[in-house]
Amino acid sequence: MTQTALHLWLIPLLPLLGAAINGLFGRRFSRPTVAAVGVGFCGAAFAMVLFVLARFFALSLPHIETYATWLRAGSFQVDYGFYLDELSMIMLLVVTGVGFLIHIYSVGYMWEEGGFYRFFCYLNVFMFFMLTLVLAHSYLVMFIGWEGVGLASYLLIGFWFTKDSAASAGKKAFIVNRIGDFGFLIALFLLIKHFGSLTFSQVFASISQLPVETAGAGLLTTIGILLMVGAAGKSAQIPLYVWLPDAMEGPTPVSALIHAATMVTAGVYMVARSHLIFDRAPMALTVVAVIGTLTAFYAATIGMAQTDIKKVLAYSTISQLGYMFLACGVAAYTAGIFHLMTHAFFKGLLFLAAGSVIHAVGGEQDMRKMGGLRSKIPWTFWTMTMGTFAIAGFPPLAGFFSKDEILWQASRVNMALWGVGEFTAFLTSFYMFRLWFLTFFGEYRGSAEESHAHAGHGAIHESPKIMLIPLVILAILSVVGGWVNIGKNFEKFLEPAFRSGSTAYTLTESAAQAGKAVGEQGSTELLFTLTSVLAAVLGLLLAWLLYKSHPELPAKIAAALNGLYTAVVNKYYVDELYAILFVKPLVEGSRKILWQGIDQGLIDDSINDMADGARKVSDTFRHMQSGNVRSYAGWIALGAAGVIAYMIWIALT
Amino acid sequence: MSTTDLNSWILTLITFIPLGGAILLIFIPRRDRDIRVFALVTSLLAFILSLHLPAHFERGQSGFQFDVNAQWIASPNIHYHMAVDGFSMWLVLLTTFLTPLCVLISWNSIHNRVKEFFILLLILETALIGVFTSLDLFLFYFFWEATLIPMALLIGIFGHERRVYAAVKFFLYTMVASVFMLAAILWLYAKVGSFDFVMVQDAIRNGQVPGFATAAPWLFLGFFVAFAVKVPLFPVHTWLPDAHVEAPTAGSVLLAGVLLKMGTYGMLRFNLGLFPEQSQRNAPWIVTLALIGIIYGALVAMVQPNMKKLIAYSSISHLGFVVLGIFSFTSAGINGAVFVMLAHGVSTGALFMLAGVLHERRHTYEIREFGGLATPMPIYAAFFLFIVLSSVGLPLLNGFVGEFLVLSGAFRARALYGILGATGVIWSACYLLWMYQRVFFGKITHEMNNTLPDLTGLERAALWPAAVMALIMGVAPLIWLNAIDPAVQNALVPFGQLAAKAVGQ
Repeated sequence: MTQTALHLWLIPLLPLLGAAINGLFGRRFSRPTVAAVGVGFCGAAFAMVLFVLARFFALSLPHIETYATWLRAGSFQVDYGFYLDELSMIMLLVVTGVGFLIHIYSVGYMWEEGGFYRFFCYLNVFMFFMLTLVLAHSYLVMFIGWEGVGLASYLLIGFWFTKDSAASAGKKAFIVNRIGDFGFLIALFLLIKHFGSLTFSQVFASISQLPVETAGAGLLTTIGILLMVGAAGKSAQIPLYVWLPDAMEGPTPVSALIHAATMVTAGVYMVARSHLIFDRAPMALTVVAVIGTLTAFYAATIGMAQTDIKKVLAYSTISQLGYMFLACGVAAYTAGIFHLMTHAFFKGLLFLAAGSVIHAVGGEQDMRKMGGLRSKIPWTFWTMTMGTFAIAGFPPLAGFFSKDEILWQASRVNMALWGVGEFTAFLTSFYMFRLWFLTFFGEYRGSAEESHAHAGHGAIHESPKIMLIPLVILAILSVVGGWVNIGKNFEKFLEPAFRSGSTAYTLTESAAQAGKAVGEQGSTELLFTLTSVLAAVLGLLLAWLLYKSHPELPAKIAAALNGLYTAVVNKYYVDELYAILFVKPLVEGSRKILWQGIDQGLIDDSINDMADGARKVSDTFRHMQSGNVRSYAGWIALGAAGVIAYMIWIALT
Repeated sequence: MSTTDLNSWILTLITFIPLGGAILLIFIPRRDRDIRVFALVTSLLAFILSLHLPAHFERGQSGFQFDVNAQWIASPNIHYHMAVDGFSMWLVLLTTFLTPLCVLISWNSIHNRVKEFFILLLILETALIGVFTSLDLFLFYFFWEATLIPMALLIGIFGHERRVYAAVKFFLYTMVASVFMLAAILWLYAKVGSFDFVMVQDAIRNGQVPGFATAAPWLFLGFFVAFAVKVPLFPVHTWLPDAHVEAPTAGSVLLAGVLLKMGTYGMLRFNLGLFPEQSQRNAPWIVTLALIGIIYGALVAMVQPNMKKLIAYSSISHLGFVVLGIFSFTSAGINGAVFVMLAHGVSTGALFMLAGVLHERRHTYEIREFGGLATPMPIYAAFFLFIVLSSVGLPLLNGFVGEFLVLSGAFRARALYGILGATGVIWSACYLLWMYQRVFFGKITHEMNNTLPDLTGLERAALWPAAVMALIMGVAPLIWLNAIDPAVQNALVPFGQLAAKAVGQ
């Protein structure tokens, strides 16, 4: 197993070192020093990943490195170890590459904020855990990263902790994620019980011997669905998505890095990593596909009515993650990971550009108070335009290729999945161009220009170069990032990581191929592609109609659709529903029934009554004892010591 | 003196050095500083000596080590028999580790009767260590009861407003429960003719105890009741929140950190060790109580307006994990249970120290009195967060390892046990993060909180070791598990035989 040592452990440990330095000494550092440490150690991790990439093609995969034993009980053992294959290589590149760019951007974005060192410390902590997550060679090491990124997310959402909404959002994210983790943990217990290990190589070796569970729900189906519960928490899918919109309370670079490009894709990665389980559990796959599709559609509808620029992007992220799960759910893991990568580029870009917009207009996030910014912040405008066209699915930009691949794969399994996905693509294009028109076109509706309230911030200004350079790089990637799959090169590269033996995937594959002749398939695929492009164009046209040429229309439509519109604006009242169904009963029930009712009432009162009864019997004894506790203290202590001394003396003689 | 010589003396030394220190303290003049320094040196000496145990402990061996066995009193037949295995050794170390921290955290917070305070603290340390090192049932019972007096006095004299109520409640609860254990011990002595744990265990295993079959259910219960109150298990837990709220910080640290573990240690050593068949028979309702404790303790913790009560109820929840692990009769479960005992000792000990820091400054534990403290007290906030994270079971910190092992063991025993227990990961995040938010985040709501001083050097000196220990235990738990596992396998032997017998029938 030990081939060439690649020292993979350096990749996560470098950012951890950066976090430790900034965390322990950062308060005494100057801002440039803090930035140099934070960006430097993240960059070092990126460099290390490139070093690994340079040697990647000479490796026999998967390349596994184990370092030490973490814990052991009886015959169950978990080692610290890392697992490098095509899948983790892609994830490493995305996480460190996009992460590095966002670190650079943050230097500019956070420069004037208090707690600068704290920010970079947390950001590096995040990198450590995220890289541990994608490199893990076992589910439990993955769980280290899984919980750790949740911690980093908690800290960074609540970065401005004096704001109550930020502190609450951080807590909500952590707790909702814990609900998902509960499912994940039960899946791990099942794996331990039935396979005696959590190490990928051992678990997967056992599982690959098992047949596909076609006859109904079996062990693997249960495990798969439980893993999906975990993934739904981390990757904000129905019904656990509610934390992600609130997470926008965090600084915008955090939204870009953690809540768009990397952490929230961990669930997708985990499902893809567990493909051997899902491949043998068609019912679990169906669950994944349905949840993904529903979430994609549902979040897109909410995104259409949001007025906060970051909230639109947040719901968009939830929706795009839904696409990735749809891909996994039809066993098209390569398509899912492909979209994960392109999404990291264009959604990272969109968030950073939105941050640049917010920066320019002095902290305003409401798009109703923007408009006409096109000429004032041209770099931001042009890069954001790239991102918008990319996510909307215009060829030949990145999002077009990956989304098209997902929809094509979905169509081969179930036309309903495809239909909803296609319609969602139209919605996506619409809400993104709505954002684009509202922000950059028409008249400026805000107040930043006129009032010079914030000293030196009054005028709308383009962001500094340190923020623009990452934008430009991500814009380029959003354009060309999809080209890697021309000639199916990306899929061919990833394909070995998803080899599986006898599986549901090959079943659907062969079913699809049996139905369609190869030549016919080519023309069908082209037809589907044209439909996708049409959906994107229609979205653009509708947005243009409503927000550029006839800006008075949206209000009229909203008035006409009164009830439905209010429901959408209020996010279908799901937060309120959860509060009534779960939070309130739990808190009030715990207080009134468990604590005051049972604990203080039933148990304590009855015992005190018993004690009172006993006290009456031994009243004199009680009188002697309780009144004099203080003054007898020394005597009792001395007495106890005396007794012990006496006993020792007996022992020695 | 060579190490082998020390091996037979070491347990006696560790156990009685604090008592020796306490006796010497009586003769030291009432200069508070001298007394504090002396107490610190004594407790550090005990700690350093206790490091001899893990350093010379034979990891592969499952039996008792550092054995010392001499006849103490001929009639009744009482032996001075002390030894430790993988279970008790770490509990001894937990005690010797926490006591110096208790001295540090009490340095400035105890102004009156300083001498009495440290004398009681050191006597308590001896009694606690004695509980874990004794292998003679009489000696064990002696130390068991001996912990009550100094602890009740610490609460009753140095506690807060309702201290006498809390002290008497604590004393009566555990005293009454212990009577049942005493009865069981005396019955065993009457039949076996020895208090020696190993002899009693052998006699039972070889079927040489007349009338054992009929008495066993009662004997099991006798021990169990005493331990259950100490743990404390639902529904006999209500003494704990009162005792904690009134106790001085050091009292709370040792109460939650070590004293509660006497109960779970007792279950492991005596209930499982002497009555495996009864343990298995009674496991369903015991596990049910443990699960209720996990969930109920956490939910009640969530709605506490008082920080110390919140931590107290969280202890009930965490100790529920320990009982769940023990009565899962799986190797992961018991390994995890012992690890939770140690991890909980460190993190909850630290949480009580942290609560004490606030009480020192504001003389209240009411959560609503705070808010926004992260601004005036950033270092304090950072320590608090770190310990909260260790307590919610973040991987790579100490809380995770034990909880994970316990739950996987419980799941193996019966899926429902693991599933219900695992909801604990959600609850603990709820109550701790909510409390943390209300104390540290948001804007300052009480003017006087603006000027609260951050941690002092002494407070940091008490908190750093706990924080570092939480990290080491999380990253390298094998240091502990290596020694625990053989004892677990040893404890599980009769259960394997029971299972084999069940299959054979």
